[in-house]
Amino acid sequence: MIHHSLLAMSWMLPEQASSYAPEVDHLYEFLVGTTIFFCVLIFAAILFFFVKYRRRSSDEIPRPIAGSMVLESAWTIIPFIISLFMFAWGAKIYLQEYTIPNDALDIYVVGKQWMWKFQHPEGQREINELHLPVGRKIRFIMATEDVIHSFFIPAFRMKEDIVPGPNRYTTVWAEPTMTGQFHIFCAEYCGTSHSGMIGWVTVMNDRDYQNWLSGGAAEGSMADRGASLFQQLGCITCHRSDAQGQCPRLEGIYGKEQLMSDGQKVVADDSYIRESVLSPLAKIVAGYQPIMPSFQGQVSEEQIQELIAYIKSIGPPETTNATPGTMKGSTKISAPGSNPAAKPPIMTTGGATIVAPQTEKAQPAQLPQQTPGQNQ
Amino acid sequence: MSMTPLTATAGRLTSEGEPLNYLNNGHGLKSWLLTKDHKRIALLYLFSVSFFFIIGGIFALLIRINLLSPEGLFNPDTYNRIFTAHGIIMVFLFLVPAVPAVLGNFLLPIMIGAKDLAFPKINLLSWYCYVVAGIFLTVALIAGGIDTGWTFYTPYSTSYSNSNVLLAGVGIFIAGFSSILTGINFIVTVHTMRAPGMTWFRLPLFIWAHYATALVIMLGTPVLAITLSLMALERVAHVGIFDPAMGGDPVLFQHMFWFYSHPAVYIMVLPAMGVVSELIANLARKNIFGYKFVAMSSLAIAVFGFLVWGHHLFVSTQSIYLGIIFSFLSYAVAIPSAIKVFNWTATLFKGSISYDTPMIYGLGFIGLFLIGGMTGLFVAALGIDVHVTDTYFVIAHFHYVMVGGSLMGFLGGMHLWWGKITGRMYPEYWARAAMVIQFVGFNLTFFPQFILGYLGMPRRYAAYPPEFQVLHVLSTAGATILGLGMLITIIYFIWSLKNGERAPANPWGASGLEWRTSSPPPTENFLETPVVTWEAYEFAPIETMDVLGYPGDPGKPSQPVPAEHGTED
Ligand SMILES: [Cu+2]
Ligand SMILES: [Cu+2]
Repeated sequence: MIHHSLLAMSWMLPEQASSYAPEVDHLYEFLVGTTIFFCVLIFAAILFFFVKYRRRSSDEIPRPIAGSMVLESAWTIIPFIISLFMFAWGAKIYLQEYTIPNDALDIYVVGKQWMWKFQHPEGQREINELHLPVGRKIRFIMATEDVIHSFFIPAFRMKEDIVPGPNRYTTVWAEPTMTGQFHIFCAEYCGTSHSGMIGWVTVMNDRDYQNWLSGGAAEGSMADRGASLFQQLGCITCHRSDAQGQCPRLEGIYGKEQLMSDGQKVVADDSYIRESVLSPLAKIVAGYQPIMPSFQGQVSEEQIQELIAYIKSIGPPETTNATPGTMKGSTKISAPGSNPAAKPPIMTTGGATIVAPQTEKAQPAQLPQQTPGQNQ
Repeated sequence: MSMTPLTATAGRLTSEGEPLNYLNNGHGLKSWLLTKDHKRIALLYLFSVSFFFIIGGIFALLIRINLLSPEGLFNPDTYNRIFTAHGIIMVFLFLVPAVPAVLGNFLLPIMIGAKDLAFPKINLLSWYCYVVAGIFLTVALIAGGIDTGWTFYTPYSTSYSNSNVLLAGVGIFIAGFSSILTGINFIVTVHTMRAPGMTWFRLPLFIWAHYATALVIMLGTPVLAITLSLMALERVAHVGIFDPAMGGDPVLFQHMFWFYSHPAVYIMVLPAMGVVSELIANLARKNIFGYKFVAMSSLAIAVFGFLVWGHHLFVSTQSIYLGIIFSFLSYAVAIPSAIKVFNWTATLFKGSISYDTPMIYGLGFIGLFLIGGMTGLFVAALGIDVHVTDTYFVIAHFHYVMVGGSLMGFLGGMHLWWGKITGRMYPEYWARAAMVIQFVGFNLTFFPQFILGYLGMPRRYAAYPPEFQVLHVLSTAGATILGLGMLITIIYFIWSLKNGERAPANPWGASGLEWRTSSPPPTENFLETPVVTWEAYEFAPIETMDVLGYPGDPGKPSQPVPAEHGTED
């Protein structure tokens, strides 16, 4: 699995455990090669001149040389062209790293001083440990409870700061391509135990992952927990499913464009829902009064994520039948012989993405690896 | 001897029969602390900058000692204070002022044939600002330290840190004014006080580099001052600017901070580049190849340097399209640096290359700066920066640029002009040995850090996974060697003040006005106002170069005259 690099020294590279890791390493090797080339060129020239033109008598005065337009142009233009190439290649990888695919499995990440907390849509919660299936695109939806942290998995060549603020989730994605255990680091200095804010990601084959999923989550899926929060916090009294409440009906809004009172159109994605919970007055849905109180300080980041999972589960019209009740069955998903019909809602939960309204249509093509459980 | 008048008296002798120069023209603490002579202020700076360099260096060694073991030797809170102290001291109290405030201050007026800087009192005020800044930062360190890193990222610095953020902020704010005052002085002096015949394109490249630096200082430093003030406002008065809990935006802080701190890299490295041009030209007795390209590249760096701050925010949730623009501009700013390196190399062609220490430092600069610059291309590449940012790769990169660059330039310049400044030569053998030791130690310290960083070792970690230990131990070994090399340099510099050979006016057979006055120069720099009739880096037989210092200067022979022991003091 270890990529045989131009360096022929794989110990200088971390494991290549994500789909874009080899690309990053190729560019890296190209840059190392270019660096060696120019360093050798210039060091050799210096050494040669140093010996050849060493001072032979203390009073010698060499003839001045005026300079050369040709040379100046050459060593301006050639490095410029080479660096344009590096720029374009680097930008191409960057776009790949930050263009979140539609068919990804969502993992919710909360950074706080000084630990990583993870939630799986199926309900599993982990601290400083994260289990992922191999060969599936994973989208990390991240928030911080305090200062800036940075979610860094060197083996994936993946890193993104998690910036606090009511109006944003940070998302980043990777597709693990190799099973094994890899480091999770916090890369942005965050105080005393910054260096203790580390963990392990365990990438498993799909069967092991399904087994692992079936192991825990006594309290039900994230959406289940979100549904009961929705009751407890009283959201349900306003956001009524019969549209008779004072607040917008939430069924079917997820991933859809919503019209705001100022005429702006906003996609109801994770960040939007989070902002609506924490600073509800920032965006008011057209036709409604700004009456919602802020839940800042009353709900934890994880609870917000559960609420989002709930809203997602009552999200796209095609899956509105996925009531909290049916979602309950989700944790049994990987049990052999379980009704495959129970699957689509969960995988919808996992795979539905926010940013793209056409998400639902993308579903049939997604997640080829999700089937081994059925194959048994 | 303390009766010697303070007034400038070039050409006269002291009561002991020594030629009167800026060093023996006035004795006593007061004659130094109230001096308006740019050369004496340069020495005040040299003393204080070296002091903080040693303190910052001790903190660097503490960092390296901590990282000898994966668990870390200090507790994390202590370690966080150590690396913050190292960063703040080295950046704000050493790298930013080192070359301009010491060498620039001493040489800029002499090189253009002026008697002093345009505003001598402001020059002294700038040193006092530096001292006050140093006191604030020292108090902040002693009274419990600062644990934010030198970057002060919000909201950690404004709402979470319990350390002396405010004191440090005030200190850096004042240090900023110290550099602004120096910058103003340089710009006005270069514009208005050039000697007759000293046209813009006859200026030594040292002057061009300092002129460009002064522009960056004046345009960038106020933004740092504003940023720190806003940070203080938020921390003290809880005005929400950067902390989202108070309605602020933490990324705004990063934009503002790097708007200064990226150009600050050029504040640190441009003057050193100016020094390197002098080292190479004078010790190869060769005009700099492509003089105008090297001069203009300094200005290009100063301008482009302000357009690339966003490359520090590639993973900070900045728009990816902004990221792409900043990446492109970062590649653009690399070109002028490349032009300089190629031109310095070409300058050696058909030169008369001396193997003396300043030249070796010049080549050391090129070597380290080349690696630092080339690895800059790695971190400018978006896809790679995502992986290596906030790791040891970045640490290694900027140490190659700022230590490899600025420190090599500073030390090279100190050797080239040591005789001019102190009147004594340093011991050549020890200097070469120390330079080689420093070079080896430097590479051993920082090269393994490139590998560590790519392997994923994050920066600012008090403890780390055990597989990184070998590379960390190598790095610490290198730092020890580097420290030893520095110690040797400090010792022989001090030793040479009494025991070094007396420096002639022009020990290198160099070109440039500073070599046409005595070593050390008289208070007013020249006996008579020089009239410049030659081009920059026009080398002539040493006998034909007039010495404009004082009569009877032993400047004609190209070999240093042996010290006459016992005649000084
Ligand atoms: Cu951290
Ligand atoms: Cu920068």
